[in-house]
Amino acid sequence: MDEGSELSLTIAHIVQRLKGSHLHSQIERRAKECLHQPDIKLDSLKEDVRSFLKTSGWERQLQNAVYRELQVQLPPSHPAAPPEHLKEPLAYMRAAQAGWEKRVLKSLNSMSTELGVPLARMRPAAEQKELANKWNEMGTDEPDLTSVRPVYAPKDFLEVLVSLRNPNHDSSEDVSVRSHWGLIQVPLNVRDIPQLRRVYSELNLTSGQLGIDDHAHIHPDLFENEYVQIGKKVVMEQDSAAAQQYSRQGCSTGLRADLWALILNSNNQPQDVMHYEQLTAGVIQHDLLVDNLIYKDVKLTASNDDYYFVFEDFLYQVLLCFSRDTAVLEHFRYNSATPPRSFIQGKGGEEECAVVYPPNGVIPFHGFSMYVAPLCFLYNEPSKLYSVFREIYIRYFFRLHSISSSPSGIVSLCLQFERLLQTHLPQLFYHLRQIGAQPLRIAFKWMVRAFSGYLSTDQLLLLWDRILGYDSLEVVAVLAAAVFAFRAENLMEVTSLGSAEAVLADLSTLKVMPLIQIFLFATAI
Amino acid sequence: MSVYATSSASVLLFSSPSTQRKKMSGSSDDIKPVSCTIKPPVHLQIGDTKADAAHSGVCVVDVTLPFGKPVNHAVRINSQSTILFYIHVSGVSLRHRLIKEITFKNYYTAYVTVRLLRRSPGQEAPAKWCTALRDLPLMDNPHTEGGSQDYCSVHRAQMQVEPDHVVSVRLILRQPSSAWLTFSLEDINIFPHVEPNPEKEVSDWLSDLTLVDQHPDLEGLPDPQTVSSSIQQMWALTEVMQTNQTTASIGRYDVDGCYDIKLLSLT
Repeated sequence: MDEGSELSLTIAHIVQRLKGSHLHSQIERRAKECLHQPDIKLDSLKEDVRSFLKTSGWERQLQNAVYRELQVQLPPSHPAAPPEHLKEPLAYMRAAQAGWEKRVLKSLNSMSTELGVPLARMRPAAEQKELANKWNEMGTDEPDLTSVRPVYAPKDFLEVLVSLRNPNHDSSEDVSVRSHWGLIQVPLNVRDIPQLRRVYSELNLTSGQLGIDDHAHIHPDLFENEYVQIGKKVVMEQDSAAAQQYSRQGCSTGLRADLWALILNSNNQPQDVMHYEQLTAGVIQHDLLVDNLIYKDVKLTASNDDYYFVFEDFLYQVLLCFSRDTAVLEHFRYNSATPPRSFIQGKGGEEECAVVYPPNGVIPFHGFSMYVAPLCFLYNEPSKLYSVFREIYIRYFFRLHSISSSPSGIVSLCLQFERLLQTHLPQLFYHLRQIGAQPLRIAFKWMVRAFSGYLSTDQLLLLWDRILGYDSLEVVAVLAAAVFAFRAENLMEVTSLGSAEAVLADLSTLKVMPLIQIFLFATAI
Repeated sequence: MSVYATSSASVLLFSSPSTQRKKMSGSSDDIKPVSCTIKPPVHLQIGDTKADAAHSGVCVVDVTLPFGKPVNHAVRINSQSTILFYIHVSGVSLRHRLIKEITFKNYYTAYVTVRLLRRSPGQEAPAKWCTALRDLPLMDNPHTEGGSQDYCSVHRAQMQVEPDHVVSVRLILRQPSSAWLTFSLEDINIFPHVEPNPEKEVSDWLSDLTLVDQHPDLEGLPDPQTVSSSIQQMWALTEVMQTNQTTASIGRYDVDGCYDIKLLSLT
């Protein structure tokens, strides 16, 4: 397809998606209302209405909505390509993802049978009332969770990734120039440092960064004050694309909440609040086994964390509502995963009784609540917190726990981490390999959670600024390699996997931006 | 280094009937792909011995044209010993032998060159090979997965010569990386270029029909003109309603209020 027809196809898709949306009806209504205004002339009606919409800010909102659609749109594909090819082009990865999903579903089924708890049931009226009363303090009285265990943990997923093989890949030679010392053996295209330098040019040593140049003993007039002023302007202009570009050098604490909401185009409209309330009604009405998994996960991870335990109740609310939200099903167009299906009341095979379980198609694993926890520092209104989390999940975080060939997918991130380490710290990599401490075994848990729960919160948010700003999770892999580079001296002296883990156990004192900057721009190539 | 391919007596022909083909609608109008005869892919080998084939497989392909005689080819491979791979497609039943588009699914091929054997109309004109497209990259990096299993098309607009009066198409596949065990193209389809039909003349006998303009006897019935115009307006409204349908979902996850689930389905 030539460029012209590709463009018109893209435009047609976006128009279709925005048609009938709330924004569409709002703009129509405003356009009708503005007809009463005196400066709208009949002979230049179209231009006058257009300029009215521009000055009143509606054109900017439409631009932001279009920008959002462009971000989640599938890349233009060949008309012959079937939908599964659009989710994931490589057949062996699709097969691996399907096999992994089957394992997870079997595990969930057997948990349900063992515990004698149905996967989903309607709550009796009394129980519904009770839950509605203690909605804001669910942490105080949760069900007996001793026999509930997480469906899977990141290390189980790592084993699946390690065993991924391309059947057409020639791995017969043991040692060669192409030898890869790491665990991931699929030949995906990942960027090396020279390419990363071009893409992440705003992180250069010569550019100011929040996280480096806002340090206490650097005078704020040198960088920080002016940068914050620019940030305020961006928020006032309400421009998504500008906010995304701005976020590449970091967001200041006071503006971060607004900037992230702008980048994700999640403005807390009344219909979003209503949608959230509809979800809470769904939580109260039905009880899912997945709820127990969520309770257990929050108890095991966030409640034990010094930074996040205060948000326990928020986390329950957001995650329980998240699992009732069918709008999340949309992202399976471009996610290599498939939502689990079931039939109500055992009526297997009848299509009218087919449902998705859980309603949002996402089965939480051990550590899932850590995707939400850092956002609690930014948003204190549940519906706003919810819509930001949902948007950030369906754009980025879903890639961290599904098998795909995407450059932001967890497989590519693991491969990139190992390649960066092997290329730039070969002695360290070789040493760790010799003592049986493959670096990925240590770094995987960081990357799967995008470092949530491992870094201190302010540093974590600076990292997530860059994820949003560059629309990619690559910085996570770069940071993992940079952490190894930073602790290289200590790691060279360890002699076992256990002691290597101990060296890298505590990342809470690390400053992420200097590490990333030095690794990308000060490493000798 | 040069390689000689000699003709041999019998060649295995693999024909895929068009019924088995999945129709790939590369165009907006429903054109069926032409039923071609695709010969089995042949890896070319370097050297004379039939010993260790492995990646540098070089073997000989004979192309028997459907109407003609066996052909002797001398094939030269460049000094970097790029691995060449022939697939020979003879488009026998192309109407006017005009090609609109060649579509296929890639399987780890890095570059493809399209050569056409064209014979101009006229009995004595010799058929000549020409290169329509040289080294079209299908994978960004031959060593990595990007583009390795994608669906592609080659449109006549991309070709350097007009794909008209084509007798056969030769696709030369290259995969210089030793990372892959094999490479090929799958689901090759050739779509013919259908010329727009000339406007048909309305038959004379149709113009003999005359319009009967009678006013039926209406008593107490509404005027047919106003009825038809209001029906037209309603139809236009329903059309507008249909096009304005939103793609937003309602958000219910249960079936008539019921969401009792026992087990997940594993298929």
